[in-house]
Amino acid sequence: MIKLVPRVENSTLMILLSPLLAMTLTALSAYLIFVYILVDIDVSSVFYTLFVEPLRDSYYFSELLVKAAPLMIIGLGLSIGFRAGIWNIGAEGQFVIGGIAGSAVGLYFYNVEAFWILPLMTIAGILGGMFYAGIAAFLRVKYQVNEILVTLMLTYVAVLFLSAMLQGPLRNPSGFNFPESRLFHDSALLPIIWEGTRLHIGLIVAIILSLIAWFGIKKHMFGMQIKISGSAPRAAKFAGFDDNKTVWYSLLISGGLAGLAGIFEAAGPAGQLTPGLPQFYGFTAIIVAFLARLHPVGVLFSALLIALSYVGGENVQIEYNLPSSITQIFQGMLLFYFLACDILIKYKVVLFKTKN
Amino acid sequence: MKYQLEVSNITKSYGDLKANDNVSLNIKGSSIHALLGENGAGKSTLVKIIYGSLAPDSGEMKWADNKYSPKSPFEARENGIAMVFQHFSLFESLTVEENIILGLDSVGLNENFSDEISKYSKQYGLDVNPQQVVGDLSVGARQRVEIIRCLIQNPKLLIMDEPTSVLTPQEVSDLFITLKRLAKDGCAILYISHKLEEVIEICSEATILRDGKLVQSCIPQDHSQKELAEMMIGKKLTELARKNITIGEDIFSINNLSKKSNDMYGVELKNIALKMKKGSIVGIAGVAGNGQDELMELLIGEVTSPVGTLDFNGKDIGHLNSHQRRQLSIFFVPEERLGHGAVPDMSLNENMLLSRPDETEMTKNGVIDWKKVGMHSKDVIEKFDVQTPSSNMLAKSLSGGNLQKFMVGRELIQNPELLIVAQPTWGVDAGSANNIHQALIALADQGSAILIISQDLDEILSLCEQIHVLSEGVLSEAVDMKKNGLEKISQLMVGGENK
Repeated sequence: MIKLVPRVENSTLMILLSPLLAMTLTALSAYLIFVYILVDIDVSSVFYTLFVEPLRDSYYFSELLVKAAPLMIIGLGLSIGFRAGIWNIGAEGQFVIGGIAGSAVGLYFYNVEAFWILPLMTIAGILGGMFYAGIAAFLRVKYQVNEILVTLMLTYVAVLFLSAMLQGPLRNPSGFNFPESRLFHDSALLPIIWEGTRLHIGLIVAIILSLIAWFGIKKHMFGMQIKISGSAPRAAKFAGFDDNKTVWYSLLISGGLAGLAGIFEAAGPAGQLTPGLPQFYGFTAIIVAFLARLHPVGVLFSALLIALSYVGGENVQIEYNLPSSITQIFQGMLLFYFLACDILIKYKVVLFKTKN
Repeated sequence: MKYQLEVSNITKSYGDLKANDNVSLNIKGSSIHALLGENGAGKSTLVKIIYGSLAPDSGEMKWADNKYSPKSPFEARENGIAMVFQHFSLFESLTVEENIILGLDSVGLNENFSDEISKYSKQYGLDVNPQQVVGDLSVGARQRVEIIRCLIQNPKLLIMDEPTSVLTPQEVSDLFITLKRLAKDGCAILYISHKLEEVIEICSEATILRDGKLVQSCIPQDHSQKELAEMMIGKKLTELARKNITIGEDIFSINNLSKKSNDMYGVELKNIALKMKKGSIVGIAGVAGNGQDELMELLIGEVTSPVGTLDFNGKDIGHLNSHQRRQLSIFFVPEERLGHGAVPDMSLNENMLLSRPDETEMTKNGVIDWKKVGMHSKDVIEKFDVQTPSSNMLAKSLSGGNLQKFMVGRELIQNPELLIVAQPTWGVDAGSANNIHQALIALADQGSAILIISQDLDEILSLCEQIHVLSEGVLSEAVDMKKNGLEKISQLMVGGENK
């Protein structure tokens, strides 16, 4: 028989081993699924396309980084809020509103070419995301409304609002009634940091933000406030922290960063505002944050891993005609195994013989 | 039959820790036998073995001269062993009678227990009304219900775990009358306690454990309290005495503070008034659940108070949060350790930051100086003898007593002008309690004021010059200890004067 026995101390070895174990189990399960559903295709070549090709081919690798950047930025914000026990599930909605707000600024100055347009769009994007998450913060602080519900529901509102905007005020006047905005001109587009690819400055911004977040959480009382509020609310009151402020900070930071990712997506790879702006980055970033165990630097790596599953998933769709849900199955299994394996940090497995 | 229960050479280990190491104990029929020891001395382990919920690694027991090795508490009860636990297991929404029926192992549902309950109730002075709902009963009455629940099974041995820790002095003396009658009628009692005064008063024998080992079995009346305590902790105790009582000018006052609790089941505080002077130790006695938690929240600043109700050095502080109050040199030790005074999943270093006095000491513009924090927490660990391998250990990994020492120490090294502390030695062993009491006295000797809110009346009596009683949200005036003080306190604790 197998029994789980609590450890006296958290196992440092398992903190490092558990992600590797989770990845191995995910790969193993994926392998079994492929063996089952792929009748006459060589499973190992699917695996190659899924996991190795995106890393070897420079175009795919750049695409991987393009997809990782928004996941990093959103994941960072979520990891801060989740530490405080504030569950912003609607980063997707804040991402969309940020994209709309920033794009609206860019489109308003359609005739102007100037260096300040992009920064202005960025600020508008951040403020849009903050405003949208701020609704949840206000309702939670003022009326104790659960922020999980509010943020999640507002996501659907945001997506519908996007299509309303694209049917109406933001539609390209000379676009044959397609629900799309004008193409952004050069001073409204993000600088490309890898010539010949779509990789934009968002990646560098993500890395800088992650270092700032790391400093804030590790070295600043702000991080303590977030951490204490999340794990022991009464102790936070004892320390003199204002719990309403914690709610506001958490939602404004995660909302602002989601909004930033939103405008970066519109002003980066998309180059215009389209109904295809939301690509589940806001939801996937929840997985990113947890895979990183809410660590701000860890978020960079988990975002890369998840981005790999995006790019690899697209590749197998194209090359082997597999359904797009492959990516989601893969991400779901990864999170599941990851959470499951983390139990080994606090517990150890003991084998014992049963009598009779 | 010489002994009702003989326990010989019991050993029980958890990993490397020997919770019981070759312990023997013999209980005569019709006697009250004390089991003495500090927290972690192995009392609970031994009792669990006797009560059948743990099996020993080695050693044997005899029950009325027959071999006895219970596999379960059920078997122990069948043999005639009953236990009253420290934490009651009663359903608050059911009546006394229903609770008693539910506690029985075999029940005929139609039987009428009211008569039987009344019988025991009269015979042993256990005053309860079988039809009353348990939720409405005082702690003392609930304990009486638990005792009747045991007696109805005609036990030959009744185990009582720290029975007086929650009772008022009047309830304690009632309980002693009951226990003496029970013993006279042939029921042996194993009385677990660390209150030596009580043990000397009612027990005819005592077995003392320390670190899982038997120290000695003795007749408690042959020894002084101090001797018994020293046997328990294995070292000399220092007498508590204030060297320098200089009562200075007014420092803190609570003026007609009334506050409804936000919590549905909370206690409403009514017209609380209290004055404290520099250098004084003021105590608030009372049974738990009479507004202590609510008062502490207001004093810490977790809940704000109306204008003019809290005055510190002539300054209105009711609207300040705890951090702002600390900057005025008011520090706090709350009752609840894990989750209130300390965060269980954070290290001791991180926990130092919960109570930081000002912005320049351990943090600068909000940036934490972990080196300084580490120095401070090492300081606390050394000065207050906190047993821990390092200051990086998680708070939850420390034993309750050690964490309490850390929390009290964390506030004391700030040399507060006013220290407000709830249950300073709750769950702390006698040696450490002695250290904490000395540290509090030393602080007051320096001229600081200390407010102690405690259920432990002995603690309040030995430390405080000015004693109030909190009952049902009402704070009494200072009790004049020269005129039947103890009796007065006892009355006040059960709300005698307020009704």
